[in-house]
Amino acid sequence: MKNLTALKQPLLVSAWFMFLTFPLMVIRVNTIENVVEWRWRNMIWVGTASFLLTFLWRYLSDRREAARKEAERTEDHEQTLGRFLAGRPEVGRYLSVGAMILALIFPFVFSTYQTNIMATALMYAVLGLGLNIVVGQAGLLNLGYVAFYAAGAYSYALLNHHFGIGFWTALPVGAVVGALFGILLGFPVLRLRGDYLAIVTLGFGEITRLVLENWNDFSFGPSGISNIPRPGFFGIALDIRGATIYLYFLVLLLCLATVFIVNRLQNSRIGRAWIAIREDETASQAMGIDGTKTKLTAFALGAFWAGMVGVIFAAKTTFINPASFTFLESAMILSIVVLGGIGSIPGIITAALFLILVPEYLRAFSNYRMLIFGSVMVLMMLFRPQGIVAGARRTYTFRRRKSGPELERG
Amino acid sequence: MLELKDIRTCYGNIMALKDVTLSVPAGEIVALIGANGAGKTTTLMSISGIVPPRSGEILFLGQPIQTLGPDEIVSLGISQVPEGRRIFPKLTVAENLDMGAFLRSDQAGIKSDLDYIYGLFPILAQRRYQQGGTLSGGEQQMLAIARALMARPRLLLLDEPSLGLAPLFVKLILTMIRKISDEQGTTILLVEQNANMALKIAHRGYVMENGRIAFSGTARSLLNNESVKSAYLGI
Repeated sequence: MKNLTALKQPLLVSAWFMFLTFPLMVIRVNTIENVVEWRWRNMIWVGTASFLLTFLWRYLSDRREAARKEAERTEDHEQTLGRFLAGRPEVGRYLSVGAMILALIFPFVFSTYQTNIMATALMYAVLGLGLNIVVGQAGLLNLGYVAFYAAGAYSYALLNHHFGIGFWTALPVGAVVGALFGILLGFPVLRLRGDYLAIVTLGFGEITRLVLENWNDFSFGPSGISNIPRPGFFGIALDIRGATIYLYFLVLLLCLATVFIVNRLQNSRIGRAWIAIREDETASQAMGIDGTKTKLTAFALGAFWAGMVGVIFAAKTTFINPASFTFLESAMILSIVVLGGIGSIPGIITAALFLILVPEYLRAFSNYRMLIFGSVMVLMMLFRPQGIVAGARRTYTFRRRKSGPELERG
Repeated sequence: MLELKDIRTCYGNIMALKDVTLSVPAGEIVALIGANGAGKTTTLMSISGIVPPRSGEILFLGQPIQTLGPDEIVSLGISQVPEGRRIFPKLTVAENLDMGAFLRSDQAGIKSDLDYIYGLFPILAQRRYQQGGTLSGGEQQMLAIARALMARPRLLLLDEPSLGLAPLFVKLILTMIRKISDEQGTTILLVEQNANMALKIAHRGYVMENGRIAFSGTARSLLNNESVKSAYLGI
């Protein structure tokens, strides 16, 4: 009987969907031959898909509800992936060593194409980690992150075009230009929080793109800048495959450096100041934390990584134009941070790999890319709002003993 | 230790403090009492630099501080327990206390102060790995005071520590404040609605009305003052 009610809602939903999509999916009027084509098969597809999805939806929400009740009953914390990893450092170590070995042999096992998209995914991982400083640690929602990325890319492209400056000189320059842009944006928005901050940063990102698009004398407008040299390898000219592998390792190295630095930052004095600002700005002032300086460093450091990745992006594609720096990119990077789990380094890397690699491998469904992307986002926020790997900031668990409740560091 | 001379503070066009003058002698507890909207919290905000005064002078140990930023004022040794506790709800008790010592770098001193605080508030020691937001209101107030003490302040500004607490907890918190003052020699400026309790533990008191100081004197004399009695003590 219970199973019957569980089936009733999905059946109703699928019937409703078949009805709704009927004019669009079933009827096709051929105006040339004046015939109406009835595509009944599509209706079956819609019906089955919506039935299955609704059923899955119900099943998942029921399970979540049950888990919540169970947790309430036993007063037990739910076991998250992040906590699991935090409790067993050796698992994390094996995983990271495995990932490292895989990353090192990857370009020699797989084709140039694979290596190339992997490098892109790693670039997005670095961008995600950079944005995580601003959004995850300091709690400042930034929707214009792509502006700093563009600043880095354009500083290499323009410096190279006008002065012939090489990749290795441009890398720190691009990073610093990115950081300066971060401070530039930081100053006017110091007093803004939440939604207001998001809107202003969104505007900033769009302004940057529009300036690049329209200021022809400076940025060469929509036609962009081409013939940007790839990074040099001690003066040896590399073929396409060699250059791709070289770039891959470069990005991998940058990614590792970022992980290391971001990890250190999290536990540093400035990291604690960011957490305090995120948690309660007034209280953090009462602790003697300088809000202005702390927020500006967050903006500057986040933008620093974006600038650096921007330089690599310009060198990788050898061509840039404003179309690469749309709001969609900012949204993508923010999705990586949110999907991965705000504040969680392994989560962000996983999400970057997932969000960049999956669309590449599912080229066949490229028409539905945004549809799938959107549904994944909605589902994630409903069922796992804390992200793939929830940030495991030092957590402590209660263990009940016979002698009464006792605390244990977990 | 702290002198306010003719302080005027405004929110936009509204003048919240009209020439407030008061002094807090070293080692004493000074209670600042008054009705809602009298300007008690604004006085504290002006001292801590969060809402800087329009005119007048604030002297701390003889040095003018009214132009300094909030973080510089904290580093001089003035620590504030903001109204409504404002602990960090998602950080553990230990991390909250750690934040209190943000400006300090003497590890040994921080450690000994932490031990002192855990001795003073044993409940915080018991709950040190629990998130601040899961504590009860009274425990959160203790945490807020303990967090401010972690900065090892010379002057502690307390904004309505009894707010929203059960009578038993109010008594406990105020006894603790007196104990801190007696044991540590910390100078305390205490803002309270609960005038009766505040004056009982304070050495000296100021009564505020509409942004002005209406009465001042020793705590005992205020407790016996007929007009203060009828207006604030409800006797």
